[in-house]
Amino acid sequence: MPIIEIKNLSFSYEKEPVLEDINLTVEERDFLAIIGPNGGGKSTLLKLILGINTLKQGTIRVLGTKPKESLRNIGYVPQNTNVNTDFPIKVIEVVMMGHVDGKRPLFGYGKDEIACAMGALAQVGMADFAQTKIGSLSGGQRQRVMIARALCAHPQILILDEPTSSIDITGQREIYELLKVLNADMTIIVVSHDISVILEYANKVAHINKTLSYHDISDRQSTFHTHGSDGHFCEIELLEMLGAEHCDTCAKENQHWRVEP
Amino acid sequence: MIEALQFDFIQHALLAGILVSFAAGIIGSLIVVNRMVFLAGGIAHTSYGGIGLALFLGLPIFFGASLFAVGAALLIAALTLKKRHRIDTFIGLIWAVGMAVGVIFVDLTPGYHVDLMSYLFGSILAVSTQDLYFMAGLLAVILTIVTLKYRDILAVSYDSEYAALRGVNVPLFYTLILILSALTVVISIKVVGLILVIAMLTIPVYIAEKLSHSLFTMMFLSGAIATLFTLIGLWFSYTYNLTSGASIIIISAISLGLFLILYKK
Repeated sequence: MPIIEIKNLSFSYEKEPVLEDINLTVEERDFLAIIGPNGGGKSTLLKLILGINTLKQGTIRVLGTKPKESLRNIGYVPQNTNVNTDFPIKVIEVVMMGHVDGKRPLFGYGKDEIACAMGALAQVGMADFAQTKIGSLSGGQRQRVMIARALCAHPQILILDEPTSSIDITGQREIYELLKVLNADMTIIVVSHDISVILEYANKVAHINKTLSYHDISDRQSTFHTHGSDGHFCEIELLEMLGAEHCDTCAKENQHWRVEP
Repeated sequence: MIEALQFDFIQHALLAGILVSFAAGIIGSLIVVNRMVFLAGGIAHTSYGGIGLALFLGLPIFFGASLFAVGAALLIAALTLKKRHRIDTFIGLIWAVGMAVGVIFVDLTPGYHVDLMSYLFGSILAVSTQDLYFMAGLLAVILTIVTLKYRDILAVSYDSEYAALRGVNVPLFYTLILILSALTVVISIKVVGLILVIAMLTIPVYIAEKLSHSLFTMMFLSGAIATLFTLIGLWFSYTYNLTSGASIIIISAISLGLFLILYKK
C-alpha cells in the first residue's frame, strides 16, 4: 500500500486554480522533495495532505484513509518556527504538544508523556535543553525542537515545510543529516527552496507550479554526485536532469494519448 | 492607615482589589501572549453600552456590562475566525459604537445621572457584598478552567495551527479566552474603570513575562504583581486623597519603568 496516494487533485481558494490535476504516489521510506516557485502551490498541497484545507476535487489517501483520519500518523513541522519567540514556554512543553489526544491526567503531564517527549528530544540531540525557554535557542536548535514535537506521536510520515529557510548553512546540513537518519524509520516529505542541498538527500523530487512533474532521482544521484567539490548539484546539472526527465514524461504522455482512441 | 481597615468599605475595597488583580493577572497573560490587547480594549469600551442600558432599564450594572462585553467577545471571535485581516477595523467600530450606545442610553435615562466617571475610572470604595461574590465567582471559574484546560489553552496560544492538527478545538478555546477576558474587564470596571483596565491587564503581565519560563508561572506571577500594585495604589490613593484607579495605574507604570531600568537581559 502506498503511504500517500493523490489522484486527479485540483484545488482553488477562490476562482483562480492553485493546483491542477495533481497525481502523486509516495511509497514507504521515500524521501520526497517538493520544490517549485513561491505561490506555485507547494504549501497548499501540504495543507491538503494534512487536512487543513478541505479537498474539493480529486482524492487523497494517506495510509489508505482520508487525510483527517490519519493525522496521528503524520508528524508535521510548520514553515515559520521563529514566530512567538517571546512566549514563555520551555522546550519540553513545546515537544509535549505533539502528543495526540489520548489518556491524559486531570492536571499537568503524565510520566509516560514526559518520558516520550524526552526520548524525542534525545533523538534530535536536544535533550540537554529540555528546561530551556524556547526563545533563547538558535534558529537551528528551535527547528530541531519542532522536529522532536513532530516525532512525539511516533509518526510514519514526517512532513516539513521549508525546514531550513531561516537557518545558516551549517545548521541546514545538520537538519538534513538528521532527516537522513530518521528516514530509516519513516517516510519524509520536505518542501524546500534549497534545491541543491535537498537533492543530495531526496530520492524523489516533485516540482509544483500549479501542475506537478515528478522525478525519481534515486538512480541519478550517483551519476551526478561526482561533479563539484562539495557534492552539490550545480543549477545547470539540476535543470538538465529535471528537464530530461520532464521530456521523458511528456513523450510518454504523448504516446499514451495516441494509444487512446 | 491601620484604623481605616475597620471600615467595611475599606475591607471591601481591599478584597475587591485582590480578587480583581488576580483575575486580571491570569487573563491578562492570556491576552498578551495571544496578542489580543487591542481586542480587550474594544471589549472594555463596548461594555459601556451595557452600563448605559442597565442604567436606563434599572438593571444591575454588572449584568448590563457583562451582556455587552460577552456579546462583543462573541462577535470579535466570530469575525476573527472568519476574516482575520479585517479585524482591527471591526474592533475600532464596536469600540466607538458601544460607547455611543452607552452615552445615548444615559441621555435617555430620566432623573439624576449617576457619576459616569466612576465607570470610566473606577470606584473601588463603592464595592458591595454582591459585587464581591461576583468577583470571587469569576476568579474561581477562571482558576478552574486554566488549571484543568492548561494544555489546550497553552497549545492554542502558542501555535494554534499545530494545535488544530493535534485535535484541539481551536475556535472553542479562542472564544473561551475572549469571553473570560470580557468578564474580567467587567469586574475590573469597579476597581480601575474601563478606560484604565488595559493597563491593569498588561503592565503586571509584561513584567511577569520577562521573569517566567512557562505560561503557568507567568499567569500566577502576574496575578501576584497586579495584587501588589493594587494594594500600593490603594494606600497611595488613601494617603494623598487621589482617585484609586488612576493611582493604581500610576504605581504600576512607575514600577514598570523601574523594572525596565533595573532588569537587564
